[in-house]
Amino acid sequence: MEYIMRRRCDSAASVPQLTNSPTLIVMVGLPARGKTYISKKLSRYLNWIGVPTKVFNLGQYRREAVQSYKNFEFFRPDNEEAMQIRRACATNALKDVVIYFSKDHGQVAVFDATNTTRERRISIVSFSKEKGYKVFFVESICDDPDIIAQNITEVKVSSPDYVNCDKDEAQADFLKRIECYKQSYVPLDDEKDRHLSYIKIFNVGSRYLVNRVQDHIQSRIVYYLMNIHVTPRSIFLSRHGESELNLLGRIGGDSGLSPRGHKYATALGGFIKGQHIKDLKVWTSHMKRTIQTAEHLGIPYEQWKALNEIDAGVCEELTYEDIQENHPEEFALRDQDKYRYRYPNGESYEDLVHRLEPVIMELERQENVLVVCHQAVMRCLLAYLLDKTSDELPYLKCPLHTVLKLTPVAYGCRVEHICLNIEAVNTHRERPGNVDVTRDPEEALKTIPEHF
Amino acid sequence: MWIFRKCLFLPIILVSPFSLPCAVCMTNCPTLIVTVGLPARGKTYISKKLTRYLNWIGVPTREFNVGQYRRECLKIYKSFEFFRPDNEEGLKIRQQCASAALNDVRQYLADGGQVAVFDATNTTRERRETITVFAEQNGFKVFFVESVCEDPEVIAENIVQVKLGSPDYTNCNTEEAMEDFKKRIKCYENSYETLDEVLDRHLSYIKIMDVGRRYLVNQVQDHIQSRIVYYLMNIHITPRSIYLCRHGESDLNVKGCIGGDSGLSPRGKEFAKYLRQFIQSQEISDLKVWTSQMKRTIQTAEAVSVPYEQWKALNEIDAGVCEEMMYEEIQQHYPLEFAMRDQDKYRYRYPKGESYEDLVQRLEPVIMELERQENVLVICHQAVMRCLLAYFLDKTAEELPYLKCPLHTVLKLTPVAYGCKVESIYLNVDAVNTHRERPENVEVSRMAEEALLTVPAHQ
Repeated sequence: MEYIMRRRCDSAASVPQLTNSPTLIVMVGLPARGKTYISKKLSRYLNWIGVPTKVFNLGQYRREAVQSYKNFEFFRPDNEEAMQIRRACATNALKDVVIYFSKDHGQVAVFDATNTTRERRISIVSFSKEKGYKVFFVESICDDPDIIAQNITEVKVSSPDYVNCDKDEAQADFLKRIECYKQSYVPLDDEKDRHLSYIKIFNVGSRYLVNRVQDHIQSRIVYYLMNIHVTPRSIFLSRHGESELNLLGRIGGDSGLSPRGHKYATALGGFIKGQHIKDLKVWTSHMKRTIQTAEHLGIPYEQWKALNEIDAGVCEELTYEDIQENHPEEFALRDQDKYRYRYPNGESYEDLVHRLEPVIMELERQENVLVVCHQAVMRCLLAYLLDKTSDELPYLKCPLHTVLKLTPVAYGCRVEHICLNIEAVNTHRERPGNVDVTRDPEEALKTIPEHF
Repeated sequence: MWIFRKCLFLPIILVSPFSLPCAVCMTNCPTLIVTVGLPARGKTYISKKLTRYLNWIGVPTREFNVGQYRRECLKIYKSFEFFRPDNEEGLKIRQQCASAALNDVRQYLADGGQVAVFDATNTTRERRETITVFAEQNGFKVFFVESVCEDPEVIAENIVQVKLGSPDYTNCNTEEAMEDFKKRIKCYENSYETLDEVLDRHLSYIKIMDVGRRYLVNQVQDHIQSRIVYYLMNIHITPRSIYLCRHGESDLNVKGCIGGDSGLSPRGKEFAKYLRQFIQSQEISDLKVWTSQMKRTIQTAEAVSVPYEQWKALNEIDAGVCEEMMYEEIQQHYPLEFAMRDQDKYRYRYPKGESYEDLVQRLEPVIMELERQENVLVICHQAVMRCLLAYFLDKTAEELPYLKCPLHTVLKLTPVAYGCKVESIYLNVDAVNTHRERPENVEVSRMAEEALLTVPAHQ
């Protein structure tokens, strides 16, 4: 099949040139400056756009080496024994980075540690040079005591290190830990480090200093980091109300809402009002069913072509039974690799992700947003927000008439499922047992949801 | 209520500028971009390039170059003495010119403009304060773009490329002009107050240092500023050339059919061979080759025998229900659509297909990567090539869909001064003409013959 044979080096889009050297991103900064938050978020984003990325968190290596954490004294600069352990941990982490790049086909590794001394950074740069990795530093600088206190409360107090302490003890100990690093902290220097590639983030993004961006992936990383924020907000994801074609079990198309779909739209309006959301932005696709849904909300909304449902090409408006009858081989191939499979004259989930990247970027910039979209589109957005793999993505459950409320918390996202209690058909087709092209029609149609 | 632009025809729902839906930022206040920097630091280069990019992605933008206002006011430039800080009369005139320019900015932004680029030195805090106040009074957002450069070679090169040929120096020889300009720069140096991390911490700005080695970005307020920053961080001035060409003639081309995914005709294959020879003869260092994911561009690249990368974004415009039809068939089956397309070829979207406007949005990442790269050959398609060409040659949305991009012709684009030098190289292999001019009669009531008058010949 042609779509398998083509040479996929889809440059700059989802997957920049894979033939280039791997990139080692090195975090820099005192504790509680958001390094792990940035590491995890960046890694989630890069994986979603198709760049295999992994975070190597030094704290975790230390927790494995030193089974139980006593107190901040471990981090005292004059604690020789601890220093040795910490150095060994760093070495182990970098060893794992090598394995990740060479054996696991990783493309980007994020070395999440304080890396606050020039000495440590120099050794990482030599290490990378020797191995042929590109290095990009991400330094987070923050002197706002409120932000630091907030960080400590959100992620440190509940860390395994403080499992036997109460909140205040944990807070006090952590502040002393930070002091241990302060003495020897040497930030990236304008002059001395002018040959390094880096971004310095000041006070959670009010200012950035960017030096020597070397290539495409670093440019994308910089753009992403400059668009994220930590202002509390919620993202609401919902599909359009049930459509006429949904009722008939047909995929794609551009039909309007069914009577139940209209009911949902009204209920959605009521739900949104009840949430009392400040400055809510509403986004829809260009298709009738999302627009009709948004119309009921009584709020201004914006249409994005990028939010249109996946293009099923020759299979547009067919039922699964039709597809099995007319394109049985395609049907099987899709079940074999639902993420990469591209409908003839249509799109794949992989194409969708690429198409949705500007939507994600703008979602990051925005605050409270309700996105009224479609099943495949919602799966892609959800996969980004919940860090799902490309294998899981095409099978994420996004039923009609259900709103997902996502609220960033700590290092991830809290999800609330709100079913608005309006009946709708089920449009979720599980992967069947037999995905072979030789299978019988019944085996292919086994998991099809009911329809009229 | 969401409608920003009224749709002209029923089947087509409104289309959005760049990646964004219609109303985002468009309902927000306009943006005033203010350049900052000594002469010969690339301010006008940046202003023009940024303006070109923003217009291409659909954000109405115009630049206002104070130097031009000064030339209109002063008629004849004598020497650098005009710029001496103690030249009272000179200062007065320059102040008036800045005001006149700001007045025009106000007019432009009130009349549908979205972004105005105020291109001047703006090297004193006082001047910038005046502009900030002006913007506040009028409800404009302000974003400063400062270019700082101390590399004497870069500055000298700038002076050679764009100053010596300026109207100011038509009657001077090179040495005189260079000398005078250097003295001009000196006039500004003493009073130059660069954007300061502390004093200017509440302003929104990007400081570009050493032609892009380093950037300081402060208080980006919104989406458009974020896009501007991203763009500015991706452009460079390293000399290079961009080669644009279409795939070789395809089987469907020969039949006069649009779209589809056919392979190369015998003549198309011939072209691919010639393309290979041409590329070799150019002796280009580190050439990147990009194609779409359609057979005809891939087959063309295969013959060139260099590693190439496939971009889905470079696929030809999707003609939806009209895919693989000849114009005669479109006229027969969709006469209404055909007429509406002729009425507004840029915004018209084929049913179940795309418009040129959609294409531009789709191609934006390609342009961004083209800006990052150096020597690149893009093997693409007619509509796609028109969009890319329009970006490089600053063509309007009206001109874009009618740009001539014939088969078997390579366009070599080389950035020079503030624009692009274009060389058209026809590789001497015959091909059908696929260019359909806009017919006279674009009314839906027109006769079939009128519609088909400009259809190029085919088998």
